[in-house]
Amino acid sequence: MEKETQKWTTVIRPHTGWFDINIKEVWDYRDLIMLFVKRNFIVTYKQTILGPLWVVVSPLITSVIFTVVFGGIAQISTEGAPQFLFYMAGNAVWSFFSTCLTGTANTFTNNAGLFGKIYFPRLVQPVSQVLTSLANFGIQFCMFLIFWVYFLFNPSVEGGVVRPNLWILALPFILIMVMAFGLGMGIIVSSLTTKYRDLAVVVGFGVSLWMYATPVVYPMSQLDSSPTLKILVGLNPMTGPVQAYRYALLGCGSVSVGALLYSLVWTAAVLTLGVVLFSRIEKTFMDTV
Amino acid sequence: MAKRESTRPETVISIRDVKKQYKLGQIGGGTLTADLQSWWARIHGREDPNTIVGTDTRLWGTKFMALNGVSFDVYKGEAVGIIGRNGAGKSTLLKILSRITAPTEGEICIKGRVASMLEVGTGFNGEMTGRENIYMNGTILGMTKAEINAKLDEIIEFSECAEFIDTPVKRYSSGMFVKLAFSVAAHLDSEIMVMDEVLAVGDMKFQKKCLGRMSDAANQEGRTVLYVSHNMSTIRQLCDRCIVLDQGRVIYDGDVEKAIALYMDSSNVNVPHYDLVNVGRSTTGAGTRLQLQSLDFLDCEATVFPREKPVRIRIKWYANEAFKGVNLKLNLHRRDSTPIGITHPVDLGPTEPGQVYETTFSLDASMFGEGQYFFYLDMFEGVVGQGVCLDKPNVEFSFEITGTDLLVPQWHVGWGPIHFKPVIVDEQKRI
Repeated sequence: MEKETQKWTTVIRPHTGWFDINIKEVWDYRDLIMLFVKRNFIVTYKQTILGPLWVVVSPLITSVIFTVVFGGIAQISTEGAPQFLFYMAGNAVWSFFSTCLTGTANTFTNNAGLFGKIYFPRLVQPVSQVLTSLANFGIQFCMFLIFWVYFLFNPSVEGGVVRPNLWILALPFILIMVMAFGLGMGIIVSSLTTKYRDLAVVVGFGVSLWMYATPVVYPMSQLDSSPTLKILVGLNPMTGPVQAYRYALLGCGSVSVGALLYSLVWTAAVLTLGVVLFSRIEKTFMDTV
Repeated sequence: MAKRESTRPETVISIRDVKKQYKLGQIGGGTLTADLQSWWARIHGREDPNTIVGTDTRLWGTKFMALNGVSFDVYKGEAVGIIGRNGAGKSTLLKILSRITAPTEGEICIKGRVASMLEVGTGFNGEMTGRENIYMNGTILGMTKAEINAKLDEIIEFSECAEFIDTPVKRYSSGMFVKLAFSVAAHLDSEIMVMDEVLAVGDMKFQKKCLGRMSDAANQEGRTVLYVSHNMSTIRQLCDRCIVLDQGRVIYDGDVEKAIALYMDSSNVNVPHYDLVNVGRSTTGAGTRLQLQSLDFLDCEATVFPREKPVRIRIKWYANEAFKGVNLKLNLHRRDSTPIGITHPVDLGPTEPGQVYETTFSLDASMFGEGQYFFYLDMFEGVVGQGVCLDKPNVEFSFEITGTDLLVPQWHVGWGPIHFKPVIVDEQKRI
């Protein structure tokens, strides 16, 4: 009788539209996002000897190995930048992207227990995963800066030169783009893995293969001899950000606004598709997972 | 717990013709290739290569309605119990209400924040301390950090875990774990609380505390509680309205006692017949010279007896030898094994060897308060405490006493199990 006058806070209906996405609700749960980030840290590093040091130890070792294998044994050029910094920078951006992707790719399957018992905006989970990756990246970046400053003031060491430039100001934008791209890819995969588990396997090795299609361990100039390869690598949306990141900090290679815009279009498309798909799946995934 | 009369009830939950359909059989092939194969076969009119040979595929894809048109309104401040057999749709309804899954048809409108507790300790992480988990669990349940800060002390105190609050919860005993978890849930500020049998946690004392807290929430703070349980006595204590679900439909909505009676009637879970021939005996030699063979509760629906009627029981027993006297007594206790008392022995002898006897007897129920009671049957020779046990099957027989008394409309658990007869007034005069 008085229903017309009432204002409902929540209306639960069967099939809501494709674009029924409640971003404001995710914002309301920002405390939960931060707690998830904190939890991810606590859970990963509790009862380990090195604790959070692992965040810097693993990229350090990876960079050393890359330097030895690709720089030392394979003699791949680093376009005048110190080899160690070249690999460290490339690896940092790439691992940031890959942890964003793999961390969110199993959102539904890994959290089925939690999601099956309680409602909160499901996007909270992937967003907090990505922020965890960002925090890890931040720690790694600090370590990078130490080496970077060292090479900056000791240009003669190892022959490489560091030539930072104004593109440094664009770094936050580039990183946000990488993060959004990883998040978008991850939530698309997570939405599809509720039904098709094979994708989880594909993502595992797919990401490590994808790295070789991105100029992480080699500079773009290395591909000058093969125009086909150059075009193919250029089509990779991650090429632009990796190139730009390295150019801004080390001054090696080149940066192209076109490539960055191309990546931006990809990011926007993937993220939109991801969020739409994710919101679609989250309502009924408990019945299919 | 007096029932509240609200002059103008405000609807806080409005459920309109909600249906939830599940497909029987396998959902999808599980892998992308299998689904593509099935799809390819379907559009080409061939047989699906992924069906299991020899299985009846007719049932596959058959629709199963977990909820088949459920409609009701819940008003502000009500404590509504939802009961029904397993598979009646209770949990599905709660899942839809708490937005874990979406309905297939219908609409639910909710006014206010919903805190759903389908499990205690959702999101608890063993590596994190009690304090950290309070924040974690609280925010998952929809509180903000500031709200938790304001209530932290109260939560810790309620949980009775104050001295362990900075210890990782993986070191907690399971009892402490649920106490802490429930404390967080009990301090939610939400206007609507949805609970699935979560009160069955912790020790008796804590359970009582939880129930009290919940009924306070409904009675004094004007919050709305939706409670699903198989435990009728908690339903009785907490709820002032009860809905019975059966096969995805509401079959009754209204008075708690009538709902419980209907549910007890529709569910044949408590069949009051016990076969005692093959059950264990804890005393050596019991059951050999004399054997209790069966026990039936008479004149009742699912062993529920109103207080004004006696509890009628029929036993069959076999005497292997001639006894001069055989005594029978009942050892009564409560759910938690707290003894209540024994009945004065009654002599059923003498017996003839090799004879089966059928004995019907009554127990005066007027001395019980409302609730569930348990007893062991003890047949012995001689004096209580010094005699020889002839038979005592290891079976807890249980019955439930319901009371409708104008002077004592509701029995409070805290009063204990015995409903004594009124005192005898010897004298009264004007002074």
